[in-house]
Amino acid sequence: MTVNMKNISLFALVGVLIIGAGIIQGANTALLILNFGLISAIMSLGVNLQWGLAGLLNVGVMGFVALGGLAAVLVSMPTTYDAWSAGGGRMIVALLVGLGAIIATVFAYKKLPAGKTRTLAILVLLIAGFFLFRSLFDAAVTEIERVNPAGTGYLGGLGLPVIISWPVGGLLAAGAAWVIGKVALGLRSDYLAIATLGIAEIIISLLKNEDWLSRGVKNVVGIPRPVPYEVDLQASQAFIDTAASIGFEPVLASTLFVKLCYAALFTTVLLILLWLSQMALNSPWGRMMRAIRDNEVSSQAMGKNITARHLQIFILGSAICGIAGAMMTTLDSQLTPTAYQPLRFTFLVWVMVIVGGSGNNWGSVLGGFLIWFLWVEVEPMGAALMNLITAPMADGYWLKDHLLESVAHMRLLTMGIILIVVLRFSPKGLIPEK
Amino acid sequence: MDLLNAFIALSNFVLIPGIAYGSQLALGALGVTLIYGILRFSNFAHGDTMAFGAMATIMVTWLLQSWGISLGPLPTALLALPFGIAFTALLLLGTDRVIYRFYRTQKSPPVIFLIVSLGVMFIMNGLVRFIIGPGDQRFADGERFIIRAREFKAWTGLSEGLAFKTSQGITVITAVIVVAWLFWFLNKTRTGKSMRAFSDNEDLALLSGINPERVVTITWILVAALATIAGVLYGLDKGFKPFTYFQLLLPIFAAAIVGGLGNPLGAITGGFVIAFSEVTITYAFKKVLTYILPDSLDPTGLVQLLSTDYKFAVSFVILIIVLLFKPTGLFKGKAL
Repeated sequence: MTVNMKNISLFALVGVLIIGAGIIQGANTALLILNFGLISAIMSLGVNLQWGLAGLLNVGVMGFVALGGLAAVLVSMPTTYDAWSAGGGRMIVALLVGLGAIIATVFAYKKLPAGKTRTLAILVLLIAGFFLFRSLFDAAVTEIERVNPAGTGYLGGLGLPVIISWPVGGLLAAGAAWVIGKVALGLRSDYLAIATLGIAEIIISLLKNEDWLSRGVKNVVGIPRPVPYEVDLQASQAFIDTAASIGFEPVLASTLFVKLCYAALFTTVLLILLWLSQMALNSPWGRMMRAIRDNEVSSQAMGKNITARHLQIFILGSAICGIAGAMMTTLDSQLTPTAYQPLRFTFLVWVMVIVGGSGNNWGSVLGGFLIWFLWVEVEPMGAALMNLITAPMADGYWLKDHLLESVAHMRLLTMGIILIVVLRFSPKGLIPEK
Repeated sequence: MDLLNAFIALSNFVLIPGIAYGSQLALGALGVTLIYGILRFSNFAHGDTMAFGAMATIMVTWLLQSWGISLGPLPTALLALPFGIAFTALLLLGTDRVIYRFYRTQKSPPVIFLIVSLGVMFIMNGLVRFIIGPGDQRFADGERFIIRAREFKAWTGLSEGLAFKTSQGITVITAVIVVAWLFWFLNKTRTGKSMRAFSDNEDLALLSGINPERVVTITWILVAALATIAGVLYGLDKGFKPFTYFQLLLPIFAAAIVGGLGNPLGAITGGFVIAFSEVTITYAFKKVLTYILPDSLDPTGLVQLLSTDYKFAVSFVILIIVLLFKPTGLFKGKAL
């Protein structure tokens, strides 16, 4: 790999921007941007794998990210033993019945000869399975949600360290991706886009409504951390002494230290994934993927199974998004299903990939940091701009109030314009594919 | 009598809302399918185009209301509709000129168009929120009901009431007129025929002297009209909120794909298939069944197959079923 001055200076520029934000708005803000930037970079690595390497349109990133978030809850929250004894067993039976009905239907479809018998068998299996599932499931849900609804009201998690949820989030997302990919891959490329858009909405409504699983809109708060708590640090004499010796007061030092710990963890994950992605990109497998992307017909003629390869890479990319989702929920320490907005979690990641340079892993990482920085900073910048524009207007004039109020929506507009401009004038992005 | 009551309850909660919602989806899906047929890409900005059209109409409605102009029992928004369509057409033609045309001359693959439309979606979404804000807006005025539940009960002596909202009546009538006109336009006029020819075989159409830019312009204007009408009708019926229009994208695309992308007849069928499935599956049938079944068999639960929160799941599942078994849609897609 040749060292490219332009790319290094681009990364340096982003670094300068974040440090600049740190000087103006405080080190805490800068570190927060850095942490979310790291997560964004991982998400865009995942999308880049799908889009840049295979040309697959995944517009359901939000769903996979949310599954990662769910994994964080399921792995790390303490188990609600009362809820488990009240309805846990029945819930598992209900889910197994539901799964069994689906498997039996698929089996019937595959094994029975086409005709009236098969249609009838499938209908009976589906309808009977559905009602059996619902009767078991509804009873279990009532039992579980009755247990201390204000405090828990859900099954809780496994009480394991939250770091374990990161790979688990990846696995959950991979499972969902397998189902979607099985159905929508091999058809027209737009269909995958619509299907992923749909699954993302469904995953979010599951999280919002299945209180027994994720507490729904009551949110899960206080997810255990992989790093020390600020209060513990502030109580530790050793920490206070160390902070004082480098000239920090303990409260600021503790918040910075916690964020730096997160940053270290996230950087490790990002570097591992980036290394893996680079290896994949430059391996025979990566060359095959690009060959398929550039010319499906000739790759097929070379004996490559395109749908299977696409499924593989779709699952891998979605798993990376799931990992990022689990990391994000870990950073937030809470799961808020209503916070998942497609514009923020799906389409923003797309802007990152396109702006950074589709097909180039370093580009995606750069795009992740840069676009996240802009997403955060456009609002204060827009506010400043609006203040400037409206300065000559009289106070209380309706247009002035309206413009100042609407600043919050500037970021969508800005992101759209950035995406359009980059696509038009520099479609390969900041760091083009080699 | 019980049967009649059951039927009235069913019409009140399933048939009438289903027909109204289906008409709205059908109009939306027609827009998507026209763009797919002529410009050959899936326009993800369509939901936000509808929001923009509805917003433009709402602004004009407010202006008319402030001047004291109204349509009596009908909502003023109908009067404002042509202006809303004009604004939306200007916006769409502007985006085509500034953004899409470049990719057309480059002969970019449809996937690039799709991603570009994501950018347009961002911009329109931001624009709508910037102008009118992200909150709910009410703009329906005039008579709220054609038939009120209480009057219906008094009039027929049944225990079930039937409410028929003005917005639902207007939706159905407008949809019928628009669809009839659109089909007349596509099948009978010279311009419409040139559009179908263009959609069917672009090279052959160019060879026979059809001006592609003219076809594209007319398509955008038609799409603007369809999107604005769909957006306004939906807003009159269920209230205007920018984000719900974005969420309509999924049922609209599902409708267009279920019917067969690029096929207008399919779009309409698909709209009603999706709407009725959504309404039926999320409706609690307890009331209807209580009337039909003998007392001993009265249902204890709500007899609701899925909670209304999962209405997206319904469009999605139908979409999946169609993709699995008939990927070209119920009607053969891809030709206009």
